Amino acid sequence: MELTLSDDQIDRYSRHIILEDVGVNGQQTLLASKVLIIGAGGLGAPASLYLAAAGVGTLGLVDADQVDISNLQRQVIHHTSDIGRNKVTSAANKLRAINPDVTVNELHLRVEASNVLEIIRDYDFVIDGTDNFPTKFLINDACVLGNKPFSHAGILRFDGQLMTVRPGVSACYRCVFNAPPPPKAVPSCSQAGVLGAVAGVVGCLQATEALKFLLGLDGLLTDTLLVWNAKRMDFRKVKVKRNPRCAVCGEQATITTLHDEAPAVCDITGKAR
Amino acid sequence: MKLVVNGTDVDVSDGINVSQLLVERKVRLPDMVSVELNETVLLRPEFETTLLREGDRVELLYFMGGGRGANPL
Repeated sequence: MELTLSDDQIDRYSRHIILEDVGVNGQQTLLASKVLIIGAGGLGAPASLYLAAAGVGTLGLVDADQVDISNLQRQVIHHTSDIGRNKVTSAANKLRAINPDVTVNELHLRVEASNVLEIIRDYDFVIDGTDNFPTKFLINDACVLGNKPFSHAGILRFDGQLMTVRPGVSACYRCVFNAPPPPKAVPSCSQAGVLGAVAGVVGCLQATEALKFLLGLDGLLTDTLLVWNAKRMDFRKVKVKRNPRCAVCGEQATITTLHDEAPAVCDITGKAR
Repeated sequence: MKLVVNGTDVDVSDGINVSQLLVERKVRLPDMVSVELNETVLLRPEFETTLLREGDRVELLYFMGGGRGANPL
């Protein structure tokens, strides 16, 4: 690789460089890598902060929303003074401040069937930090069809889950969850909520998986759903397999193009809208 | 009969199907659960038709979004 590290970079990344599994070569690999983070929220905030600090050279941030005061309990990349600002702008400012080595692409938009393949195309790895099931399935299907490795994660109350997908090699999100739950099954947003620190832990786990993938390390959470309950502080690895009946990566896949489904979302009062 | 559900030994009624297991395990929103039986993920219509047997290993895997979805537990 023709990139060389400057003296400042050798200092900045010294705790990486002294790791046998990273070294100068690994750090150069990270600096040349591109990760897309979809959702600059509870998961995307910690994930993007650690990836920027780690010196992943290009980070793409996708989010169509503005910072709301109710975000600040867990979306630690946004500050009180950012309320009302576009999330991607707020987040990009922090990432650039942490590490000027990082190029941040701000994508103030929503991923949809019509744009998602184009958006993910230039990245090495995708982090799904979204909060609704139709978008999670859309990202899964796009990453499978576009052959893009990605990290799935979800959080709820005191629980989190995580899985890394290598399309065509390991189980995908749809292999395990088949299809989005019917909107009527997601009835009351007031029952939900999440401990802010749970989002932080799971987002950091996603960043860890991205770094392991970029560095070519073993032990990815492929064919494995990590489920974590914070109250019992109980981490379990559930073995999952590629599902021959999977609609997008199975033997007779029926999903060959992408379609949008209406997401069930909540407003601040906890009512579905 | 004894099953292993989410890694824990549990006693359930003999001869029940997967839908009945969700009731016995007090899963309030079965639509928010994916079920893996002995490492094979079931399709939703198979919950009613799949009988469980002594020693089966069942994983109840919950849909989790971003803290705005419903609580399935």
